[in-house]
Amino acid sequence: MFDWWQSLSGMLIFDILGFVPQTHLGEALHFFLYDTLKIFMLLIAIIFLVSFLRTYFNTEKVRVYLQRKSEFTGNVLAAFFGIITPFCSCSAIPLFLGFMQARIPMGITFSFLISAPLNNEIAIAMLFGLFGWKITALYIGFGLFVAIFGGYVIGKMRLEKYVLIPVTPMEGELADVKIELSVEQRAKEAWEYTLDIFKKIYLYVIVGVGIGAFIHGFVPADFIAQYAGGDVWYAVPLAVIMGIPMYSNAAGVMPLVEVLTDKGMLLGTALSFMMAVTALSLPEAMILKRILHVKLIALFFGIVGFGILVVGYVFNLIL
Amino acid sequence: MKIEVLGTGCAKCKTLEKVVQEAVAKSGKFAQIVKVEDIMKIMEYQVLSTPALVIDGKVVSSGRVLSVDEVLAFINA
Repeated sequence: MFDWWQSLSGMLIFDILGFVPQTHLGEALHFFLYDTLKIFMLLIAIIFLVSFLRTYFNTEKVRVYLQRKSEFTGNVLAAFFGIITPFCSCSAIPLFLGFMQARIPMGITFSFLISAPLNNEIAIAMLFGLFGWKITALYIGFGLFVAIFGGYVIGKMRLEKYVLIPVTPMEGELADVKIELSVEQRAKEAWEYTLDIFKKIYLYVIVGVGIGAFIHGFVPADFIAQYAGGDVWYAVPLAVIMGIPMYSNAAGVMPLVEVLTDKGMLLGTALSFMMAVTALSLPEAMILKRILHVKLIALFFGIVGFGILVVGYVFNLIL
Repeated sequence: MKIEVLGTGCAKCKTLEKVVQEAVAKSGKFAQIVKVEDIMKIMEYQVLSTPALVIDGKVVSSGRVLSVDEVLAFINA
């Protein structure tokens, strides 16, 4: 898809600017120019597409669909809704309490709360741009598994007593919510949203790809396999722990992961790392701490972390 | 007219509050602007995503930072 840009950027760096091919500097520069612009184009296209589709859903609608669903079905549905519903972790509290009011079991709410940030549009766009659709599909598939599994386990543990705010369940059924927007309005909204996100993350992308380009050009190909040992048993847990504090930087971290897999990091380890970056978010935990007992949040992190570990190990084994 | 901005204190909520202040100033009308941060009060409006905008007790928007013009349209409606 981007062959034309591969040769065009090569021409620019090597023929017009006069850098020498096959040298560290030349290759690093070419990689940087090629990757940055490719990712920018894909970011804009994918974020626009995702946010356009998401104008057809909102959390109020999801709540109506999830009301009265049995536990397992509800977990599966909630995880899927997490992909297509616009959600910002700053809304985690009203969402959590609002779902409880509608008597939606807590485990189902958690399935949604795990799936939504995991499948955020930036992560999906970056993954698609850097790794292609197969890895993106695997990431989404395994992400759904973690969300369903995590929510189901939390639901089975009956932890409702750890919710610190009393919630009065509402009577009766909720009426369906209608979103009345024309296609132009949806497109306009999606476009504004895309620009907004792009402005926030483009610097991270440039820095991430910049460091990645440096590694690409200057670090030997089997570096990680040779010095860190790509298949050591602790690679996956280490990746998960390192992923936790990087939440807001998914855009900057992912180009690095791409380069590290080139240099011998196993793909399962990489997937675990990226899932930890998006799903285990400290800011979201801090927000939820206002209404949930620390024990519940710790369990939430523990269970999701465990699910991500399983994904990493399984993936490293089968590939 | 009473305009309420519902939000638990996130960055987007603060942005919306500023937008509302600007819109009210532009409209030239007299309106009381209240920032509602108490989660229990927010829940009473059945809002699931913040920031939300409430005009005279009616939720007109949720989960979005509106533009000044959009808020103006609500004020003049």
